[in-house]
Amino acid sequence: MTAASPEPGAPILALCGITKRFPGVVANDQVDLAVRPGEVHVLLGENGAGKSTLIAMLSGLLQPDDGAILVDGREQPIASPRHALGLGIGTVFQHVMLAPTLTVVENLALGLPWWRRPDRARLAAEFGRTAEGLGLSIDPHAVTGALSLGEQQQAEIVRALLRGSRVLILDEATAMLTPKGVEELGALMQRLAGRGIAVIFITHKLKEAFDFGDRISILRLGRKVGEIPPERLRALDERAATAEIVHLMFGAAATDEPKVGGRTRAPAPSAAPLLVVRDLSVPGQGAAAVADVALQVAPGEILGIAGIDGNGQAQLAEALAGQRPASGGSVLLDGRPIDRLDVGARRRLGLRYVTDDRLGEGTVGAFPVSLNLLLKQVGEAPFWSRGLERSEEIDRHARALVAAFDVRTPGIRTPVGRLSGGNIQKVLLARELSGAARVVIYSKPTYGLDLQTTIAARRRIRDAADAGVATILISTDLEELLELADRIAVMSRGRIAGTVANDDEARRRVGELMIGAGP
Amino acid sequence: MTADAVNGTAPAQKPPASPGAAGAALHWALVTLVPILAALLLSGGVLLALGTDPLAYYGLVLQRGLLSWLGLQASLSRMAPLLFLAAGLIVAFRAGIWNLGTDGQFLLAAVIVAAAGPPLAAVLPGWIALSLCLALAAVVGAAWSLLPALLSAYQGVNEIITTLMMTFLGTSFANVLVKLAFRDPATTVPQTRTLAVDDRLPRLFGSTVSGGLVLGLVAVVLVHLMMTRTAFGLKLRVVGANARAAVHAGLPVPRLTVAVFAISAGLAAMAGAVDIIGVQGNVRADWNPAYGLAVIPLVFLARFNGFASIAFVFLFSVLSIGGESAARRLGVPHFFTLVVMAILLIVLALVEYVDHRRRERMRA
Repeated sequence: MTAASPEPGAPILALCGITKRFPGVVANDQVDLAVRPGEVHVLLGENGAGKSTLIAMLSGLLQPDDGAILVDGREQPIASPRHALGLGIGTVFQHVMLAPTLTVVENLALGLPWWRRPDRARLAAEFGRTAEGLGLSIDPHAVTGALSLGEQQQAEIVRALLRGSRVLILDEATAMLTPKGVEELGALMQRLAGRGIAVIFITHKLKEAFDFGDRISILRLGRKVGEIPPERLRALDERAATAEIVHLMFGAAATDEPKVGGRTRAPAPSAAPLLVVRDLSVPGQGAAAVADVALQVAPGEILGIAGIDGNGQAQLAEALAGQRPASGGSVLLDGRPIDRLDVGARRRLGLRYVTDDRLGEGTVGAFPVSLNLLLKQVGEAPFWSRGLERSEEIDRHARALVAAFDVRTPGIRTPVGRLSGGNIQKVLLARELSGAARVVIYSKPTYGLDLQTTIAARRRIRDAADAGVATILISTDLEELLELADRIAVMSRGRIAGTVANDDEARRRVGELMIGAGP
Repeated sequence: MTADAVNGTAPAQKPPASPGAAGAALHWALVTLVPILAALLLSGGVLLALGTDPLAYYGLVLQRGLLSWLGLQASLSRMAPLLFLAAGLIVAFRAGIWNLGTDGQFLLAAVIVAAAGPPLAAVLPGWIALSLCLALAAVVGAAWSLLPALLSAYQGVNEIITTLMMTFLGTSFANVLVKLAFRDPATTVPQTRTLAVDDRLPRLFGSTVSGGLVLGLVAVVLVHLMMTRTAFGLKLRVVGANARAAVHAGLPVPRLTVAVFAISAGLAAMAGAVDIIGVQGNVRADWNPAYGLAVIPLVFLARFNGFASIAFVFLFSVLSIGGESAARRLGVPHFFTLVVMAILLIVLALVEYVDHRRRERMRA
């Protein structure tokens, strides 16, 4: 805010060939990016495109493996978040980073030396002046938790400016906001740019990119695949720009990822739907997490559910599995309503749920593999008889499943938490697919797995469907859905934005629905 | 050396019978005996600071608590209520529920059993009256835990706070009952009517050891088997180890929580009952042995294992019976037993931490 850029138009911040590798994945591959003062620079990309990694390197949380970051034209490693702030790079994360029980002023004082008594009056005055200059009215003495999410975010932005930020990174800042809050944030970004701040705005929504952005860069699979400079952005009409961006974000890419292979047989077209969901709603914090979702799946069919993470997919899956109460609508299995049934009763009818939170809720880490394989059948015959454990039955069951699902474990009594993520996922798949599985809901089944286990898991999903299982496959990985699904529904803000058949046009149409550019 | 022994490349040396088992035994001895010795040394230091000869103190404790026939009988009798308390705590702790209100549950049940015992024994055959007393105690304890149980199960109110508060209410209420409702008019000090010695739990094999010892041992073993071998126990352990996994697996978590409270408090209350119908015979006003808080560290030391709990309860009984004698003789406060136990707990935790770090480094 205080320091002026050396010459207008010259980038404050430039990335040259930035590369960041994690075990088994290249998160950023030779990314070039220039951030100029007075410009809202939008970063667009799907989940896993590498946006968060890039931001983490700019805010000093991670160090690049290769390439250079230039600040004011000079090469400058960013060693820590404190260092980033010192260089004038402030970051506002998706989840508010203010202590909710403290007042706004007290939050401002948090970064100050601990031995000094914070001058609350001066801080409040500074905060008020800066906020007013941006057309914001936030009471600096209000308790942070009592403010709306939008106001908390505005307070964070003001705090970043007070600390002398010249570059302001807003990481998925609109994800938690109401439509009105989004509008306000957009206006605020433009006022900030008007004062010469360089704003980096990360979003999934094409509309927001158009409405608020001056320049758009598109990331995909860790690479920067395109950039639309301000002149072109203004010249393009919305339809042409949408087509270009959707192509860049979702167009068939030359990946070297081997395929499992498509479905060997399509489901019989006459098959009656096995699972029918009618107008299902699930309460969330504030707005409904799931609103009026209707869908149906036939035996042997794979219904993909695409969408940016956090648009109600998890709540939908949990409501279908019976572990989260619905507020409206109904679920029918085989024509019979199952709304009143609990998890166990639904499971006995053949409804299974493979959770994506494998250690958080899917398993008990300290318990042996053998018991985790029976976690949803505790007390059932033949493993328990009159409530008493029958170890030999439990062990036989475990050995059979470990062999059938190729779980690499030192033994069936090894605590499941000691296994790798891929093998824990195999344990979950073994538990949910064994027995009379008729409808299986998968939540991000290959998230965080290495290539080999990913392929193995996808093969399981496909084989189970070929054997007649009605499948709901929730995934944030579009390639996975295009590979496996028969139809793909797109979820956005808790609703089904649209459902498309998995044909040659599916990639483009799903992409449009995902970023809110659809019809 | 171990590598050679495993590979069998050192024929000249006599190989140990089974290096793995021997090593494990040695390791166990190190992590168990070293802390006990260290705790005794540290406690000895405290005794020296108090101006008492530690050797004389320990000798007296050992003599009066374990080696003399009279002391041993007292120690074994003392175990009965402690074992019931340990059983109740094992159920709760394994299910991840911190029932810290056992003293209130214990005392309230003790007072009500002390009041109900003599009239019941007057009209019913002995064993029926005693069984009714135990059942009555369990009901009283479960009822006293109902409020914290419902608050925890359905509102997520932290049970550490609620059970502690209920324990204050319970001990006060028990006192009120002794002084006002159940007071024996025949005595000057406020106390309940005394259960005749003939109507109490039978003594074992002509000794003075209370039959409550057998009941306590049965309770701990049953609880241990329930937690480790039954479907119900497994469900409780799932709730305790990962409550979200329990929800995911479809377990009725709130109902299980209420059940755990009822069982845990019921067992704690039965501890009160066996102390009354086995040893005390009546409850005097302001009597509160606070066994519950003393048993908590023992159950932790035993890592919620029933059989290990029996061993630690025995050790504690010896220390406390011996400590009471030694207190009278040497002027050391009788709660010095708790000081020894506390030091032992801290040393064991430190040794376990060091051992854990060492194993982590070996694995790395």
